[in-house]
Amino acid sequence: MSFGRMHRKEDARFIRGRGTYVDDVKLPGMLHGAILRSPYAHARIVSIDTSAAEAHPKVKAVVTGATLAGLNLAWMPTLSNDVQAVLATDKVRFQGQEVAFVVAEDRYAARDALELIEVEYEPLDAVIDARTALDAGAPVIRDDLEGKADNHIFDWQAGDRARTDELFERAEVTVAQDMLYPRVHPAPLETCGALADFDKVTGKLTVWCPTQAPHAHRTLYAMVAGLPEHKIRVISPDIGGGFGNKVGIYPGYVCAIVGSIVTGRPVKWMEDRSENLMSTSFARDYHMHGEIAADRDGRIKAIRVKVLADHGAFNGTAQPTKFPAGFFHVFTGSYDLEAAHCEVTGVYTNKAPGGVAYACSFRITEAVYLVERLMDVLAAELGVDPAELRMRNLLKPDQFPYTSPTGWEYDSGDYPKTLRLALDMAGYDELRAEQAAKRARGELMGIGISFFTEAVGAGPRKHMDILGLGMADGAELRVHPTGKAVLRVSCQSQGQGHETTFAQIVGNELGIPADDVEVVHGDTDQTPFGLGTYGSRSTPVSGAATAVVARKVRDRAKLVAAAMLEASPDDLEWQDGKWSVVGDPSTAKSLAEIALAAHSNLELPEGVEGHLDAVTVYNPPNLTYPFGAYICVVDVDPGTGQVKVRRFVAVDDCGVRINPMIVEGQVHGGLADGVGMALMQVMAFDEDGNHLGASFMDYLLPTSMECPSWELGETVSPSPFHPIGAKGVGESATVGSPAAVVNAVVDALAPYGIRHADMPLTPANVWRTIDGRPFRTDLAIS
Amino acid sequence: MRITVTVNGQPYERDVEPRLLLTHFLRDELDLTGTHWGCDTSNCGVCTVQLDGVPVKSCTVLAVMADGHEVTTVEGLEKDGELDAVQKGFVECHGLQCGFCTPGMLLTARWLLDNKPDPDEGEIREAISGQLCRCTGYENIVRSIRWAAEAEAKS
Ligand code: FES
Ligand code: FES
Repeated sequence: MSFGRMHRKEDARFIRGRGTYVDDVKLPGMLHGAILRSPYAHARIVSIDTSAAEAHPKVKAVVTGATLAGLNLAWMPTLSNDVQAVLATDKVRFQGQEVAFVVAEDRYAARDALELIEVEYEPLDAVIDARTALDAGAPVIRDDLEGKADNHIFDWQAGDRARTDELFERAEVTVAQDMLYPRVHPAPLETCGALADFDKVTGKLTVWCPTQAPHAHRTLYAMVAGLPEHKIRVISPDIGGGFGNKVGIYPGYVCAIVGSIVTGRPVKWMEDRSENLMSTSFARDYHMHGEIAADRDGRIKAIRVKVLADHGAFNGTAQPTKFPAGFFHVFTGSYDLEAAHCEVTGVYTNKAPGGVAYACSFRITEAVYLVERLMDVLAAELGVDPAELRMRNLLKPDQFPYTSPTGWEYDSGDYPKTLRLALDMAGYDELRAEQAAKRARGELMGIGISFFTEAVGAGPRKHMDILGLGMADGAELRVHPTGKAVLRVSCQSQGQGHETTFAQIVGNELGIPADDVEVVHGDTDQTPFGLGTYGSRSTPVSGAATAVVARKVRDRAKLVAAAMLEASPDDLEWQDGKWSVVGDPSTAKSLAEIALAAHSNLELPEGVEGHLDAVTVYNPPNLTYPFGAYICVVDVDPGTGQVKVRRFVAVDDCGVRINPMIVEGQVHGGLADGVGMALMQVMAFDEDGNHLGASFMDYLLPTSMECPSWELGETVSPSPFHPIGAKGVGESATVGSPAAVVNAVVDALAPYGIRHADMPLTPANVWRTIDGRPFRTDLAIS
Repeated sequence: MRITVTVNGQPYERDVEPRLLLTHFLRDELDLTGTHWGCDTSNCGVCTVQLDGVPVKSCTVLAVMADGHEVTTVEGLEKDGELDAVQKGFVECHGLQCGFCTPGMLLTARWLLDNKPDPDEGEIREAISGQLCRCTGYENIVRSIRWAAEAEAKS
């Protein structure tokens, strides 16, 4: 009864300016922190003189790497079993790295004092281009790691190499393409920050921090700081956008904690925008070489991929431990093929750490981009329409559940139907006719298609953990005597509307209005353990936990109802949100009536201790596989290289939709991300490692003017692996849309014989591409 | 410096550093935290307020420049317990997700409708083009403002 469009409960505070973001939290006696950062990408620290800063009348403390080393806190573990410097002790390894921390009475004074710190550096050669990281004689970035003599992090592979190579040898047609998925940044409008309050008397540490994974943070703080975990409370208040930027622990958070321990007062540290762009989790930076083997009618046989992954100066990617390249190996996408193989090499460079962020579903963005670009290259080679080529190769409905050549078990879907709907909505044939007419007049119009399959909801704890913490989520549901409920979950919304949709899930299971369910999240003292909100895992994991815990309550309510009705539980049925004796609706008992009885002096039946409250931990049996078909139409100005996205049709299948309004909103946001990444967003560096995108003047994000009015459609293939058939949708559009935009631009440029161009397709890059001088000619890694 | 700024109809007198940004004045001195801050370069617009009825980026205005002027922030939109039409529109059309850009968007929307009660999609897009939203892809913000325009035309 509670699924469907419903206004968001959280809006009431946000439209009044009454949200509570971390920088809105003020505590009595609160001090402010600021971080001094490295101007160099790679340099040895010769000396740090903090005396002038310490003498500043408003400064309360100055912390350096040496101070931290004394506390054994100079280094902290990353989410990938590496370590990262909290404050640099020996060297700085990327521009913007944390060097010193000042605590002062106000935020202006803290910044003033940074100017007073003298650091002497001895600059070193830097590794900026990942393709040179493994060269003999390349500067060794991580000489802090014992015995480390190169910049190699890992080699990893998936699939069947021998079988793939054999298919390539026999193939009638093969195509290959080098491509770079450039480094981008999620850039939520709220930057990162933390407010730490250590109470010396009770030994309790409270950290307010906009984290997508509050419980993981608590456990990590216990590990880093050696504080007992029950004395740590992490509160993630309202978050002004996350998109993966707010998963990990940043040095500034640890500094704020140390600042509070040292001064005995609460310390708030907020990043500015440059700090956010220069030092916190970036995404992508994958140099890819992809190949497809096919027969002459365009049936794909195999895909082979090599990747060079730039992980920056510390390996700080956030993904399940077993998968150093995330879920990249789902790159066979939505197609029926015989074999596939990929090999991925990760390297250190003198750039900020990260790599898995920005709504990428653990690197599926890169995978979808790769395969969808390759499909268009193959279509061009064969002279087949890209829509037709996809139709010929899409998985068929009767192949589900489908085990992919790299070992994924896809849950459900009718892919051809979804693509057909998108083509119909776009008016594909008419668009092609219009394009032909325009080409005859020398105008550049392009139509790009992307068909994606995601794998989300990590994940089954047998295969998936982060730092040994299995990726299962808890949920607790309390039902008050009057039948109103409080749900406590471990995941944390950054705008996804959990307070509404999770209440709808409970309402749907218990026959009560969603308004009667309060959702508590974002406070580790108030919620059960779970791994947090990223990788589109909230609905697939915590949403499933919510449905399961609500069913436990319902089952218990059945026993109580039976006692109330003096009937056998076996004779009861759940009808219209109430328990009643089979065939006798007049006996119906609502949740409110049952809850009151469960709290009363009614003699409770076997199996009910009292009350209806329940807890659960949900360990997903499998991932869920949302998918979709996207079509983008662009016009390109041949004189300036300017790309205008004219239309964007997006048909998403995310299984059952709990609140279609929220689903559509999630898709809209992701589509804007796709346009941004394809056309404007890039974190570039010069050869010395200077960051060329360290502000919103240089790191361009799409505005209302670059985004078209999105045209959405839907198909619904419920997931058999989820209690309510939902699949999750938070990242689908970010994953699926960049390829559609790039495919459209490349299609527009086809008259010039162009088959590929790397993102971002800025006017300058498009113009150079037309001119035969593509911006990045030196990308080949094969 | 001693300044008097009227915010949401109420005068506030404060002693401030000349370099204090209006956004920090509102947030830190007056505890009006509905006005946000998001960049160092006047690009994001989450700090947008109205200064004498015109949208400005309050990170680009010094508090002392507002001395003797009237500022409207998101906290001032609701009048006598009645939400402004633009606030209703954003709820109605899902014009917000994380809510961080929302106060600024609301104040620009209010200014737009005050000056152009029946804006078309292009005019709305242009009016908000100096403000970023990372969540909504702008579509529902545009619809929300149209909803408010229609609601006000009816009333
Ligand atoms: S804070 Fe970004 S424009 Fe004012
Ligand atoms: S709603 Fe999140 S930035 Fe606009």
